[in-house]
Amino acid sequence: MKRFGLISVPYLWLLALFLVPFLIVLKISLSDTALAIPPYTPTLDMSEGWAGFTAWLSGLDIENFTWLTQDDLYWKAYLSSLKIATMSTILALLVGFPIAYGMSRASDEWRPTLMMMIILPFWTSFLIRVYAWKAILSQEGLLNQLLMNIGIIGEPLTILNTNTAVYIGIVYTYLPFMVLPIYSALERLDESLLEAAEDLGCSRMTAFWLVTLPLAKQGIIAGSFLVFIPAMGEFVIPSLLGGSKTLMIGKVLWEEFFSNRDWPVASAVAVVLLLILIIPIVLFQRNEEKQREAGK
Amino acid sequence: MRRLSWFNTVSLTLGFAFLYIPMLILIVYSFNGGKLVTVWAGFSTKWYGELFRNEAFLDAAWVTLKVAVMSSSVATVLGTMAAYVMVRAGRFHGRTLFSGMIYAPLVMPEVITGLSLLLLFIAIGLDRGVLTIVLAHTTFSMCYVSVVVSSRLVTFDQSLEEAALDLGCTGFEAFRLVTLPIIAPAVISGWLLAFTLSLDDLVIASFTSGPSSTTLPIKIFSAVRLGVSPEINALSTIMITLVAVGVIGASLTSKRAIAKRAKDEQEAT
Repeated sequence: MKRFGLISVPYLWLLALFLVPFLIVLKISLSDTALAIPPYTPTLDMSEGWAGFTAWLSGLDIENFTWLTQDDLYWKAYLSSLKIATMSTILALLVGFPIAYGMSRASDEWRPTLMMMIILPFWTSFLIRVYAWKAILSQEGLLNQLLMNIGIIGEPLTILNTNTAVYIGIVYTYLPFMVLPIYSALERLDESLLEAAEDLGCSRMTAFWLVTLPLAKQGIIAGSFLVFIPAMGEFVIPSLLGGSKTLMIGKVLWEEFFSNRDWPVASAVAVVLLLILIIPIVLFQRNEEKQREAGK
Repeated sequence: MRRLSWFNTVSLTLGFAFLYIPMLILIVYSFNGGKLVTVWAGFSTKWYGELFRNEAFLDAAWVTLKVAVMSSSVATVLGTMAAYVMVRAGRFHGRTLFSGMIYAPLVMPEVITGLSLLLLFIAIGLDRGVLTIVLAHTTFSMCYVSVVVSSRLVTFDQSLEEAALDLGCTGFEAFRLVTLPIIAPAVISGWLLAFTLSLDDLVIASFTSGPSSTTLPIKIFSAVRLGVSPEINALSTIMITLVAVGVIGASLTSKRAIAKRAKDEQEAT
């Protein structure tokens, strides 16, 4: 009986505030936009009993999803989000791997400090860290001032309000998510394996490619998903650092909801985004399970 | 023997410079006398004064703090229960759905979580305000808490709890006297994580807040959307300092605890 109480409290909470809301999104994505409160139709009228339910059911259709395929704004935004998320993941890997590798080679006294320094930005406000780049990347910003003073460029570069700024923002904010799993994979690496490889005639470089990299694979995969998945639905970074040409689906959903007040289309955008993300999420979970089994 | 190659040293230096320089610049320019954030005009603390006279920011900070304390506390209780269920309850009907609902919010895009909760609140006719933000924050942060706590529960020696039960404890007493003290560090870090997530959240709060319940991130976002402002730099500096003191303090405490335990073990043998 006590066990039942223990299970049911968090279970009911999640059902009511996670699963049910999602079903509502699904339902509204099948409704039509209307000039009413709430701004969609049909609404379920329970007072009419079964007839009301069937009337409501027959009012649902996939019109909004057809609309998503017809207006090229949406599929362009999905593609552009995919491209930006993929590119940022690759960049984060290129920046993050050397850091994780360096951390794993550091002495035992240094490692806790380095670890803390990677985690510290993660606790700092995400919004503030994105905002910090605005003053650096703007036309009269500090990066342009620096580059012009050194004499590398004569004219200020336009970086803020472009996709480049979005890449920098995503890599910067999600870097700890890339570094930590790679570091924990590399930390477990048995040093004697590298010595064995070198004794058997590998150069240090070959030993890196043949021993270190394959053993870090799980960490690389985990880190990549941890950057890719949130980057795909990102809203804050493109709206603060990106320009009017930066199309990302998180931003489209936000505008559809808040500016256009088109709830059914916003819901349909959300449903499609989730369908796209299910693939990487399932792959990520498989990778985690594999790792857990390997760890046992 | 591990040794840093020049490549390791360079990548660590550049990597940490990349992570920290933007924040340092933000801090330095919060003490700038001029209105422009990119041109240095002498040292001044006037933006801190302006910030503390800005009622709208103070109100928003108060709302944010209230929401964070309430949501992280409820989330810690619910998340610890959920972790217990995941690790100890064994098989039960709907377990797959349960673990799915624990993990899904961790990877769900914030815009979708926010949208779905808002549509729920509207459907049941709940007015948007502090309560709705607390409900929303509790829901996603309890999942983080349960992940943190269950990773500690997995390594916990169950025979300790069984011994307490054999010695006449009730189930709840065994939990309170034996299990809780051992998993306490994980519960505390779960609470801290939930607290920070709530302080930090912009997207979900924007969907679920009402006109009378603006949180600090919403305020900051609307202020910086169009440009940079020295007041926000001052606010950021205060927030960064608080977090840095907290994180460094916590890591020093845990370092000392580990050193003490090692010493105790040495003395015992």
